[in-house]
Amino acid sequence: MLGLLCELVVGRLSMLPILNNLANRAWPKTGEREAEAAMKFGIKAWRNGGRERVGSLDLCNNNNAIETPALVLTTRKGLPTYISPDLLPFVASSDSCLLHASPLHFLETASPKTISNIGGLHQLVSLHDYSFTAAPRDSILCLPEYESTNKMGASFETTCGRRLIKPAEYMELVSALNPNLWATLADEVPAWVSEKRNKTSVDRTVRWLDECMALDKVGSRNVLGAIVGGSSIEQRIRCAQEVTRRNVSGYWLGGFGLGETMDERTALLCAVTDILPKERPRQISGLDLPEEVLEGVASGIDLFDSTYIYHLTLGGCALTFPLNRSERHISDAGNDIKINLKATMYRKDTSPIIDDCQCYTCQNHTRAYINHLLNVHEMLAQILLEIHNTHHYLGFFRAIREAIKEGQFDLFHENFVESRHDHLTAVAANS
Amino acid sequence: MALRFEVLGRFNRARAAKLTLPHFICQTPLFMPVGTQGTIKGLTTNQLEEIGCQIILGNTYHLELRPGSDLIDELGGLHKIMNWPRALLTDSGGFQMVSLLHLADITEKGVTFQSPVDGKPMLLTPEQSIEIQNRIGADIIMALDDVVKTTITGPRIEEAMYRTLRWIDRCIAEIYALEAWLTAICLGGEDKDSFWRVVAQCTAALPEDKPRYVMGVGYPLDIVVCSALGADMYDCVYPTRTARFGTALVPELVKTLPNALRGCNMNMGILKLKQNAMANDVRPIDPSCMCMVCKNYSRAYLHSLVTKDAMGFVREFLKNMFPKGDVPEWVCNAMEVAGIDITACCSPFSAPKIGLEALATPKIQQHFSQKNIHSLLSSIDQKLK
Ligand SMILES: [Zn+2]
Ligand SMILES: [Zn+2]
Repeated sequence: MLGLLCELVVGRLSMLPILNNLANRAWPKTGEREAEAAMKFGIKAWRNGGRERVGSLDLCNNNNAIETPALVLTTRKGLPTYISPDLLPFVASSDSCLLHASPLHFLETASPKTISNIGGLHQLVSLHDYSFTAAPRDSILCLPEYESTNKMGASFETTCGRRLIKPAEYMELVSALNPNLWATLADEVPAWVSEKRNKTSVDRTVRWLDECMALDKVGSRNVLGAIVGGSSIEQRIRCAQEVTRRNVSGYWLGGFGLGETMDERTALLCAVTDILPKERPRQISGLDLPEEVLEGVASGIDLFDSTYIYHLTLGGCALTFPLNRSERHISDAGNDIKINLKATMYRKDTSPIIDDCQCYTCQNHTRAYINHLLNVHEMLAQILLEIHNTHHYLGFFRAIREAIKEGQFDLFHENFVESRHDHLTAVAANS
Repeated sequence: MALRFEVLGRFNRARAAKLTLPHFICQTPLFMPVGTQGTIKGLTTNQLEEIGCQIILGNTYHLELRPGSDLIDELGGLHKIMNWPRALLTDSGGFQMVSLLHLADITEKGVTFQSPVDGKPMLLTPEQSIEIQNRIGADIIMALDDVVKTTITGPRIEEAMYRTLRWIDRCIAEIYALEAWLTAICLGGEDKDSFWRVVAQCTAALPEDKPRYVMGVGYPLDIVVCSALGADMYDCVYPTRTARFGTALVPELVKTLPNALRGCNMNMGILKLKQNAMANDVRPIDPSCMCMVCKNYSRAYLHSLVTKDAMGFVREFLKNMFPKGDVPEWVCNAMEVAGIDITACCSPFSAPKIGLEALATPKIQQHFSQKNIHSLLSSIDQKLK
């Protein structure tokens, strides 16, 4: 309770919707610190008795405010895995230009000093029109390694091998990269550890939060406080309470997608979000499947990972599920979530992945061409698939936001899960 | 459809021309990136248009294996499958057979090889090569040639030449009704001195009103020399291979960048570089860009490339490539034949023989990128007009 009171006193975030000013968009000057101003978050739509909400995240860097729930695009060293910077505008519209960057990707590249001299992450990758949120875990190349984590720092399995990251080292990278938002260092543990280990993870994460904020050169204006606690509701609540006592701008929920059951997860998420002040954004790591995203939205989460797109793309799959929530697609094999373009049936298929899709891939290329590119192991296949899948998943998030605005999210959620269930039943019956 | 080749400008033996093909009107000299399997490694077709790519080369042998020329034909041709609006060129397939398949045997009928699918002996005749290429539907197709290893000497070379000529006749008979044409082929030799001499002899002997394509040439220095000697078209797997295996050639930071950044997609405005304000601008084009061009070259340097006259261009190029003045002897000889005075950039004492090894150094390889080649050629082109 004390935490909530503190929060209300120090809260400085507007509840008013942020107006986008398209006309005043300008490129930041070279060398300008792009995250100088504190971000603003406002709730635009919510429902009495519901946790789901539509928010507006204004990162005060000349870019449009991002409407939430939103997808945070996974990157490698600040750039999408396959989509090159000049192709990014084909997928990400102005309402969805948030990218994830793991500071740990920059452990063995240029030194933090050089990155800082270049002008930070935006300059380094030359993406001025996009905003970045930084957190160590990316669920692809960078995974928490709880057994090697100790009181000094968090351990991660990275592309540079297993690394123990101390708050000072982490903050040196964060300061150099200067992202628009950043999460504090966390001790993430999987669902099966003991209560004692869960407690330790909370103690460490809270201590590191204080250390990170003390080390932040720009006065901790855009900090997402990490909340962990494994599968212990008690520890999750304790962590959330501790973090809400701090002067953070939002929250980063860690330790999910690490072995917990769906039911456990929903209970944990709701226990945490019920404590968090409503007027601050909540980012999560580890939930990325469509059903998981819907579950997260229902629990009041605002920002999600896009590792699902990465895995789909790598496997030669394209998202095809309908985005129009009024349609209920029943027992048609063509209405699965995705299609695998490696399949021989697409060899002569001259249609685009989705007929009315507006993405670069669907506007320019056929299923047959992508099938050929996959067969001969050409990288263009992944580029085209990542473009379509990202575009489609962003559309899914747009549909979620529309449903919330219209007060129809429950129905949307239900329809999605049921048509999925119907499909799986149909497939099982046919096989 | 009329295929036209109009020379627009000359400097001694060098020329700039307009080559009109069914799908695109090209400016020569031009470079054709190799898109072996119906794609250029990691680049989309709109990116290829953006970097100024005019013709893409497809490998008939690979395309016939996968997805097969029948399917390509059924789906409307390679242009349609790739959604590539500009020109395409296919090779005869003979070179891949000889270089990739050990058991290839060349007879008067054609190239006999072991099928990579079922191991059975197969025969590729000059007529079949043309049929396959026609199904693929390129703007320019190539006659099957009797390929000999460059290390071979003696009567086998003569045999290969006459056989190639006989095959060309058979190909021409076959394509009588086709909307495509054949290009005279010069094959580069193994040592630089005979290489430039062959090119010089060929360009002197070939008709003025047809394009001259030097196969497999793509190093910047070779392109400059061949262009000075009157060649028009080049291809090389080098830029795309660098992008693909780039990890071995490029600096540490670039090495670890995601695939997305390979292939250099920055928006380099060649025309803007002509502005006088660029002459003393020491910054790279885009200070935050990690591409080869931006990491290595100042705006001033690029300005110098696009604004000098033809002779000055060659001198400037050599000066930058060989700052100590150690221009290889073969280049000096070739330039003499081309009528280009490069004494200003040759040091008086040294002319150490620098062969292919020098061209393989990382420094010179860095000089290379798809973009770099295109801008290089467009600047040669502009100088000649
Ligand atoms: Zn699409
Ligand atoms: Zn560049």
